[in-house]
Amino acid sequence: MRAAVVVFPGSNCDRDLAVAFEAAGAEVEMVWHKDVALPEGVDVVGIPGGFSYGDYLRCGAIAAQSPIVKSVKAHAERGGYVLGICNGFQVLTETGLLPGALLRNAGLKYICKTVKLRVETSNSAFTAGYNAGDVISIPIAHHDGNYFADNDIVAQLQDEDRVAFTYTENPNGARADIAGILSPNRRVLGMMPHPERAADAGHGGTDGVALFRALTGALTAA
Amino acid sequence: MKARVHVMLKNGVLDPQGEAVRHALGALGFEGVNGVRQGKVIELDLAEGTSEADVTAMCEKLLANTVIESYSVEMG
Repeated sequence: MRAAVVVFPGSNCDRDLAVAFEAAGAEVEMVWHKDVALPEGVDVVGIPGGFSYGDYLRCGAIAAQSPIVKSVKAHAERGGYVLGICNGFQVLTETGLLPGALLRNAGLKYICKTVKLRVETSNSAFTAGYNAGDVISIPIAHHDGNYFADNDIVAQLQDEDRVAFTYTENPNGARADIAGILSPNRRVLGMMPHPERAADAGHGGTDGVALFRALTGALTAA
Repeated sequence: MKARVHVMLKNGVLDPQGEAVRHALGALGFEGVNGVRQGKVIELDLAEGTSEADVTAMCEKLLANTVIESYSVEMG
């Protein structure tokens, strides 16, 4: 299974994400934001956390217009897999690959701590390693993680079983406690929490490992 | 020529920064501030002949996120 991790100026979780993919058995290539094409044969693209382009204008807004993200969009539209974490989730909403937007945290503070997430669906290559209803511990680290979408979109996400994770105790004001969502074809996942920061015993938690293993397993078998 | 774009969070979208400013004004003794909404102003220096429709397209594609923000354009 081949993964590409996008690096923007200001990305800071790119190497952690690459390590998590590699530990799960993926072959990883880093791609620069100015690259116009993804490497041949890439199965999944990781869009990492950080502060792409300094969060100028809006978080993820400038990254969404970068040359590489045009290729990522085309990859997703062809049915390719994309995992956007934290700033990566913000980029995915700005591109329109996922609905909604991430607003400033309701409490205005940057929050960096480990939170409990409920796995809402095991029906995706990302979440197949969990059971729906599992509660897992994953760190968050964000200032703008307050998921917003109008009532119709939230209802649609819930009806279509596209909410991947919710917070058991909402830290940021997110609509319907939403921490992560899937695209209609379930191959694009955006989430604010950082599974790559809970992927090694040295991190203090390993609840994120199942996500990378399930994804690598599903794409290797395919 | 210049254009000025005002971007605001849409009505119904919580603006926690505006709320914090409102509280701070109250703490300073300014009474009767019932609400504060914070937005941004973007000034564009444009080639002659750029139309308002061009600026609107810029707003739709980049300057505003219409999921959460509304915008208005002031030409000239």
